[in-house]
Amino acid sequence: MPQAAMGAAPDPVGVPRQIQKSLTFGEGGLAATFVLLALSSLTVASGAETAAYAFHAYLTALASIAAVFVIINHHVERPAALPAREIDGRPNYNFGPVKFATVAAVFWGIAGFLVGVIIAFQLAFPALNFDLPWTAFGRLRPLHTSAVIFAFGGNVLIGTSFYVVQRTCHARLVGYLAPWFVVLGYNFFIVVAGTGYLLGITQGKEYAEPEWYADLWLTVVWVTYLMVFLGTIWRRREPHIYVANWFYLAFIVTIAVLHLGNNAAVPVSIYSPKSYIVWSGVQDAMVQWWYGHNAVGFFLTAGFLAIMYYFIPKRAERPVYSYRLSIVHFWALIFIYIWAGPHHLHYTALPDWAQTLGMTFSIILWMPSWGGMINGLMTLSGAWDKLRTDPVLRMLVVSVAFYGMSTFEGPMMSVKSVNSLSHYTDWTIGHVHSGALGWVAYISFGAIYCLVPWLWNRRQLYSLKLVNWHFWISTLGIVFYISAMWVAGILQGLMWRAYTSLGFLEYSFIETVEAMHPFYVIRAIGGVLFLVGALIMAFNLWMTVRSPDVEAAVSPAQNPALLPAE
Amino acid sequence: MNETYSALAAFAQTWGLLYFVALFACVLAYALSPRRRQEFDAAARLPLSED
Repeated sequence: MPQAAMGAAPDPVGVPRQIQKSLTFGEGGLAATFVLLALSSLTVASGAETAAYAFHAYLTALASIAAVFVIINHHVERPAALPAREIDGRPNYNFGPVKFATVAAVFWGIAGFLVGVIIAFQLAFPALNFDLPWTAFGRLRPLHTSAVIFAFGGNVLIGTSFYVVQRTCHARLVGYLAPWFVVLGYNFFIVVAGTGYLLGITQGKEYAEPEWYADLWLTVVWVTYLMVFLGTIWRRREPHIYVANWFYLAFIVTIAVLHLGNNAAVPVSIYSPKSYIVWSGVQDAMVQWWYGHNAVGFFLTAGFLAIMYYFIPKRAERPVYSYRLSIVHFWALIFIYIWAGPHHLHYTALPDWAQTLGMTFSIILWMPSWGGMINGLMTLSGAWDKLRTDPVLRMLVVSVAFYGMSTFEGPMMSVKSVNSLSHYTDWTIGHVHSGALGWVAYISFGAIYCLVPWLWNRRQLYSLKLVNWHFWISTLGIVFYISAMWVAGILQGLMWRAYTSLGFLEYSFIETVEAMHPFYVIRAIGGVLFLVGALIMAFNLWMTVRSPDVEAAVSPAQNPALLPAE
Repeated sequence: MNETYSALAAFAQTWGLLYFVALFACVLAYALSPRRRQEFDAAARLPLSED
């Protein structure tokens, strides 16, 4: 006691004690870490072996200094007490990071679709490469795939997971700065990865192109993401862990494992962006496609199935069709998907038995995939009429239909004899896009259309008519895209394998390229339509947030979404 | 090399198969158990019954 009295002035008796504002451990620690990161980045920049790497080092230093400034500034501005977990016995949800991720998703989505349109036109008209390294197809293509999968899809997943885990656990997100660190840190990773591709930094692994330093940064962000998500489940007030959270958790955990396995690389030096992977030869190929296919299975499927299991019941105002099926769906899907990767390596140096194993598991995947699809679609039982009046619900439901279609096509293409025709052709590209545009993007658009009015306290969207326009224009775009790629792919496959009566190849390679031209043009037009749809969505969302005339005039009791956002 | 393959293949085709079947049986037993009917019916409505 005497020591305490000596150390600090005693509270005045009878005066209610004010909470002293003090720097939390997180604020102080994070600011100090960023100071260190800024200093080490500057050191690396001074000795960087390439200009592109120096640019990334300076970018990291700049971002770290900005982070220190933001943390300190935020500390000075904030009230002494950190936000309460609950206000009047109800969870005080933290929706700030969700809002940021939602806006980022729309921005990156449009950027990614635009780059996709550009490279689609490059394939039809090669002059559009402009003979510049930075605008060459080889650099823009990973920019497109990463922008749509990781930047658009990733922000949708992080945003919706932070929303859904809070609402279904009835608990505030864990951490004060941690959720912000996750969304901002993830988007910084996107910037480093994307600019790296344009400047020629890549480790040449499909969907895992970023080099070692970006991978390390993503690991830190991702582990924090896992901690925040698990912590929020841990503090839940609802005893049951809702199935959507299981899917999100499988997505987060598996992506962490895949990322570490496929990026086990040793950098040449801390001053060089170049690294060498520890796997070699066919093992490296196997690890790459174990990663690659599970990026599809857990990033583009499990995560978005979580969105399905929350947003479709919510929008249709119907319970999940069969919760029991959703449990079987979950365990079957995650246990089977992880084995399917070898179907990317049919007729390669990979041992035959491993190829057959991958094919077999891909075919078994039909069952859980369709079980999930049926569960999503049947959730509408008793509410089918809403499809006529609610274009947002229609988008969500059509996405599940596309999911069913592409998970039928995928196992079929994994069969060796089909694969011998389809592999390396545009059929694969068409298949990927029926999943990516039809399933992933549509379920994301549906979720974003739901989220924006909830997050910004608006009663409804600015215009359902515009949602309708978005739906039909982009659906037409998808149909153009995938049917062009089906025809192109099968034509290409048949031309490659055509022999003359003398046993010579009937067509030279360039003849097959020429034959693709009309389909590449149709595909590019499909892409333009899809982009136009997304621009309509962005306008609609902007007007929803900006227009005062749609501002909700309902009390929180009528609309549970109207809780303090911060 | 060939022996390693045969040993692994034999293991996968027997114990691996049994492991998966047993696991699947556990999942089915958990999901379909009548004791949990109420819990799961309530869980199916979880997105709708928010505070």
